[in-house]
Amino acid sequence: MKLSPDETVFWEYGYIHINLTMVTTWALMAMMVISSGWITRNLKSDIRISRWQLILEIIVIMINNQIKEIGLEKPERYIAFIGTLFLFIGLANICMIFPFYQAPTGSLSTTAGLAICVFLSVPYYGIRKNGLLAYLQSYLKPTFIMLPFNLISEVSRTLALAVRLFGNIMSGGMIVAILLTIAPFIFPVVMSMLGLLTGIVQAYIFSVLATVYIAAAIRIKAIA
Amino acid sequence: MQIDWFTVVAQILNFLILVGLLRRFLYQPILNAIDAREKKIASQLEEAASKKEEAEKEKELFLHKNEDFDRAKMELMKKAHDDSEQKRLQLLEEARNEASTMRTQLVKTTMEAHHSLKQEIQEKVHREVFAITQKMLSDLASMDLEDQTIKVFLGRLKTLNEAEKRQFLEAFQSSSTPILVRSAFDLPEKKREEIEQTVSQVIGVQAHFLFKTVPELVSGIELTTKGYKLAWSIAEYLHALEKNIAETAIEKSKTVFDKT
Repeated sequence: MKLSPDETVFWEYGYIHINLTMVTTWALMAMMVISSGWITRNLKSDIRISRWQLILEIIVIMINNQIKEIGLEKPERYIAFIGTLFLFIGLANICMIFPFYQAPTGSLSTTAGLAICVFLSVPYYGIRKNGLLAYLQSYLKPTFIMLPFNLISEVSRTLALAVRLFGNIMSGGMIVAILLTIAPFIFPVVMSMLGLLTGIVQAYIFSVLATVYIAAAIRIKAIA
Repeated sequence: MQIDWFTVVAQILNFLILVGLLRRFLYQPILNAIDAREKKIASQLEEAASKKEEAEKEKELFLHKNEDFDRAKMELMKKAHDDSEQKRLQLLEEARNEASTMRTQLVKTTMEAHHSLKQEIQEKVHREVFAITQKMLSDLASMDLEDQTIKVFLGRLKTLNEAEKRQFLEAFQSSSTPILVRSAFDLPEKKREEIEQTVSQVIGVQAHFLFKTVPELVSGIELTTKGYKLAWSIAEYLHALEKNIAETAIEKSKTVFDKT
């Protein structure tokens, strides 16, 4: 039994290879980009708009408001990163209802990659907002003794992000696979439904935590 | 469970590419559309607010104009009412004046009618009575009647009181003409002398006399000097009769006028 889509390799040339994770990710990316481009190709700014535009607007406004509620003043700056995290993870997890589908988020490589993106985005946004010196000084707060703990915190929370998402999705997929062998008719359906819920919740948790980390980084001055 | 670092790097790149693509195809257009709509709605609301404000101003203006119009209307109505009242009073006054004038005119006309009637009656009575009397007297005329007339006249002369005598004397003295004695019949010389003597006795002065015969006196005799007259004739009684008739006619006309 293959626990990760990484193990399904389609093409390999030395160190370079193309596995199921990457292919599924490309497919999801294509779906998202093409549908977005198709819907937004003739947007209207009138009072009456198309249903698809309305759906996209609802999603975008919802993400915007969520970012604002967490404490980021100008959500338009962060919506591309945080919104894409949520939509990608959410869509990847929702697609688990399709048979033979293996979510790329069930791969530790994907979750690690996303967690590294969050890990790098925190200093990127922090430095862009407050400058390099102020950002680096934040590791010495409240005293320089806290420097190692702050560094450990940075690494451990990134690790936690990656493993949390991977663990949840992988376990969900694995439970369904195990149940299929034990009780192949009813329980897998129930567990798949539970898996959908868990998938959405994980997408939400991942993006909200990323927002919280970024918000903590750019609000250094305010706290100080 | 191992991490495939090539896949990690590939997924990081995939994610960053997806971020860029979605920013280009999803977030930016949607946010722009939302902003444009919000601006549009805001401008529409602003426009609506300005239109509302304008409408409020218009409303105020119209209310003000309405008030002015009502006030002007009330003033015009009041003026018209006052004018009509004034006109009514004026017309009433004119009507009263006219009625008064007409009433006066009516009274005057009535009086004139009565006067003319009276005159007519008088003349008619005169004529009739004179005609009858003359007819009767001419039928009865005789020396005795003339004598009796002269006797009564002389008796009257003699019975003048002091005031009348003095009045007679004063009139005679202020006159340069002789005393005129008119009679309806020719006085014989003897009667003339008798009259002259009686007058001289009454006034105590010798006077000149002028005797004239005037048939209209109707069996009468009359003595006149300046401002003084003493007479006896049937005409006097006829005058009394006329006067009574005239007074009766006036009384009756007054009664008729008061009723109208």
